[in-house]
Amino acid sequence: MTTLAARQLGFGYPRQPVGRDVDLEVAPGEVLCLLGPNGSGKTTLFKTLLGLLVRQGGNIVLDGKDIGTLSRTQIARRVAYVPQAHESVFPYTVHDMVLMGRTVHRGLFSSPREHDALRAQQALDQLGIGDLASREFTRISGGQRQLALIARALAQDTPIVVMDEPTASLDFGNQVRVLQQVRKLSEAGLGIVLSTHNPDHALACASRVLVLADGTLQASGSPDTVLTGELLSSVYQVEVRLERLSHGQHVCVPHLDGNTGKRFRPGD
Amino acid sequence: MDKRAHTALNPGFTFGLLVLAVAALAFGAVLVGPYPVDSADLVSAANRIISGDTTPLSQAETVLFSIRIPRVATALLVGAALSAAGAVYQGLFRNPLVSPDILGVSTGAGLGAVLGIFLSLPVVAIQGFAFIGGAVTVTLVYLVASAVRNHEPTLVLVLSGVVLGALASACISLLKILADPYDQLPAITFWLLGSLAGIQAGDLAGALPAVIIGLVPLVLLRWRMNLMALGDEEAATLGVDPRRLRLLFVAAATLMTASVVAISGVIGWVGLVMPHIARLVVGPNFHRLLPAAMLMGAGYLLIVDTIARTLAETETPLGVLTAFVGAPVFIWLLATGRRSW
Repeated sequence: MTTLAARQLGFGYPRQPVGRDVDLEVAPGEVLCLLGPNGSGKTTLFKTLLGLLVRQGGNIVLDGKDIGTLSRTQIARRVAYVPQAHESVFPYTVHDMVLMGRTVHRGLFSSPREHDALRAQQALDQLGIGDLASREFTRISGGQRQLALIARALAQDTPIVVMDEPTASLDFGNQVRVLQQVRKLSEAGLGIVLSTHNPDHALACASRVLVLADGTLQASGSPDTVLTGELLSSVYQVEVRLERLSHGQHVCVPHLDGNTGKRFRPGD
Repeated sequence: MDKRAHTALNPGFTFGLLVLAVAALAFGAVLVGPYPVDSADLVSAANRIISGDTTPLSQAETVLFSIRIPRVATALLVGAALSAAGAVYQGLFRNPLVSPDILGVSTGAGLGAVLGIFLSLPVVAIQGFAFIGGAVTVTLVYLVASAVRNHEPTLVLVLSGVVLGALASACISLLKILADPYDQLPAITFWLLGSLAGIQAGDLAGALPAVIIGLVPLVLLRWRMNLMALGDEEAATLGVDPRRLRLLFVAAATLMTASVVAISGVIGWVGLVMPHIARLVVGPNFHRLLPAAMLMGAGYLLIVDTIARTLAETETPLGVLTAFVGAPVFIWLLATGRRSW
């Protein structure tokens, strides 16, 4: 059972701390959703969790071992990362891009084999973009790129996947498709950490929610208890209500009248 | 399913065609030159090698063995090495506009050689100096880049290369002013423009092992080279150690560049343009890009060198021709080019 846990984690850059005292844990089958306004440190926290940035305090334990003692290969066999959709400099095919996720399962000097190519194609099919395999990564839409990067993480076959705002550049349909995938993957036993700007996404698929603002945790726990109108209003500085739909799902409704251009102060 | 978006041709067929083209070019180039040599001479020369015949060489055979074949082989080697190094640098720095010149390798090697000529050292020492000059420049570039933290590492590396390259250029200019204008200056100028005139089998034998040593890690780690083109952070999350890998790739490409610059002088454009064209034909996957770039670079430099030695009574410097051919091709690539490479 592979878990990723952080205790009293401090993160940021040398001489430029971004956040501190973050506790989190993700176990197989769980979806940990990180919410927070722009600049709250979500991406920096993820980079620290992945061992890309040196932690500024506390500890990170992956699979029972301190992350500092693991090599890049050992980390990459346990955690896959889906970065925010980006341009690529060279026109790799979508299939080649996904195939790169297989690198960690090959020896230092070897290249992907036939079954790696099949696994890559399978990951693309799973996300419904199998027909893009031979297209150039530079010539598909931002949303398709995001899906391809998720496919690459699947092809990496890790027990834990960290996704940095996987729905950010997607249209409505693709956002729903990604959330469906997230749920399916967690049902299949993967542990997933993802950040999002949309509280509804957390309400829809998270088993646990962390709310980060100014580099510290404002709240953590199950979505229904954590995500209240008061908390969202104070974190995002806009007026928000939570409504319960007839079948039990909660949705987040922003209040658009009044307070425009003015910072909302709880208690006004 | 067709997974090759870049060429309608089967990759095996493409490579077969490239190998055949380079072989045909080499065969043709051996026969071309001021002293007439025909294919019958070539056959008798080949027979001599096979049978181990030690009777005195005919004049045509002498021309073949001591001039033409070494020169053609050197042109192939230099073209392949510069082009491979260019493909590596472009991938590593995620920029299709960089070339072996970018890290100051060529200029550093040039400074070494010019210093050797200035000190009137023998040819072997000049080559050694060129190699040391290239290696020292890259080491300095790397040290400067490592000392400057908190910036995009690739950008710092390229900028340090440009700065130290400019410094080496300034030193070359100083040596040119101090050099003897009748004896040393023409030699320096000619060398800086690049030339394969006067290449001997011994020069080739000196450069070949270094090029092969540089090539080994590139071939072994060719799949991982693709990951480097995604940037350090992504490469790291996919399970490679980008710092160590970059150091190894830069060292390998530099060894290849410096060892051929040491025998051919500074030949620009090949390492910039040929990986580009190869990428258009076979795509960016380093698996296919590396061999395609090497074959195309070899063929291209052979054509240019053959033109250089037959165009006029006196040899045209190679660097001049590669620039005349390379610049328009490159502009055409930019103009007709794709949004991305």
